[in-house]
Amino acid sequence: MLVTFGEEISAAAHIAVRGLTAALAGSRGVLNLHPAFASVLVEFDPRRHTHAGMEALVRSAIEDATEREPPPSRLIEIPVRYGGEFGPDLDDVARHRDLTPRRVVELHAGAEYEVYFVGFSTCFPYLAGLPAELATPRLAAPRRLVAAGSVAIAGAQAGVYPLASPGGWRIIGRTPLSLFDPAGEPPPLLRMGDRVRFVPLEEGAR
Amino acid sequence: MNRIRVLTAGAQTTVQDLGRFGWAHFGVSASGAADELALRAGNLLVGNAENAAALEMTLVGGAFEFEDDAVIALAGSDFGAGLPLWTPIAIQAGGAVRCGPTRSGARCYLCVRGGLAVPRTMGSASTHVATGVGGRALRMGDVLPVGDGAVRQPRRAAAPPPFPRDAVLRTTRGPQAEWFGEELYRGTWTVSEESNRMGLRLRGEPIPSPAGHMLTEGVALGAVQAPPDGQPIILFVEQQTTGGYPKPANVISADFWRLGQLRPRAPVAFESVTIEQALDALRASERWLHSL
Repeated sequence: MLVTFGEEISAAAHIAVRGLTAALAGSRGVLNLHPAFASVLVEFDPRRHTHAGMEALVRSAIEDATEREPPPSRLIEIPVRYGGEFGPDLDDVARHRDLTPRRVVELHAGAEYEVYFVGFSTCFPYLAGLPAELATPRLAAPRRLVAAGSVAIAGAQAGVYPLASPGGWRIIGRTPLSLFDPAGEPPPLLRMGDRVRFVPLEEGAR
Repeated sequence: MNRIRVLTAGAQTTVQDLGRFGWAHFGVSASGAADELALRAGNLLVGNAENAAALEMTLVGGAFEFEDDAVIALAGSDFGAGLPLWTPIAIQAGGAVRCGPTRSGARCYLCVRGGLAVPRTMGSASTHVATGVGGRALRMGDVLPVGDGAVRQPRRAAAPPPFPRDAVLRTTRGPQAEWFGEELYRGTWTVSEESNRMGLRLRGEPIPSPAGHMLTEGVALGAVQAPPDGQPIILFVEQQTTGGYPKPANVISADFWRLGQLRPRAPVAFESVTIEQALDALRASERWLHSL
């Protein structure tokens, strides 16, 4: 069952998505929740819930969520090595936006982001809050392999690749932090609602 | 404790149960058996809980030696083991089950009484091949402990599931169904060689690209996506959790197991059904399982 909160990316839609996801987590017969920018896909066991029963559960969860305070959000700092082999697209982003690479780093590291949702592939955080001056389209053809920890931009979105994977976002740096350990247990480093700051690591710093 | 030694691994043999649920909001999809019906039936036949961990073989099976006496069942497609399918079979200590290339569909399950006692990640023993969550595909020389998790006596031999094995997948309307015409349902599609546990890629007369713009949204198992090239992708057990392509249709739950049996180059067609028909079909497969 797909529950939508409008058709735009907005802070209001995000708050509604976050609230519904928190309210439904762990409900009996709810198999999985797939939050996104303005929607939550509720995967339920049709042997345990009828569609009408599920809809009633979702409606009451939305009501509960609007009455409840959102859970406090954490501030996570992510160290980043910008440019060079770690950020092969830093210079391209600078050229595209008519900025110096140093200014791109200042803007990127000067902003505070919020994890709107975690999805697509394993633990990929979609971050809102990218300064408008940095918006840059995706690569025309995706890379076959993007390194784990790559810090990236696509349009007005920012993100970090948790695992090595193919990808078409512009890579401006890399974090040595592990966002996700396949052998470990979640929660992963970044969760929906977390606030994020990127902290530049000096070249050669450990 | 009994142990199973992998003599040969086959094309892609993994440990699977019914999947890892409750983590999609961290981007972790459920994984689990590609033919859920065969895994559940095989487990019931050897006296396990339906969700016990077992071996899933793909296209070419492996050979497995048992250190101690065991009771197993093979379920799904015939991989030429020379043993009856859908039947509890006693294997003596030192005996082996040797499977080969498939003679029918894409997957065969080897369920062992007691279940495979492998570590669980996030509550499930399932291997998510693409990310490595829950482990990796088996290799020659791997050793798997057998657990003591049987919950009842083994069953009698069963007849194969009495459901159509033809190429027609039943679907309900997808979230963007109104953007599309009837093209999905007209043609016959072919399963591409690039298909895997993440998605089944189909080839055929392209579906015209709709004009609408959509935000990335959550996507479900069995969702039929239509990317701009018009060649549908059916999201499968190792699916991405969100996606931005429009979806004309969704394969019904009762037909998920058939997705797991589709081989490369197999023909596929789609038939639109109502939610009531989809629920009736699901009840029919549950009745068959409970009759075992």
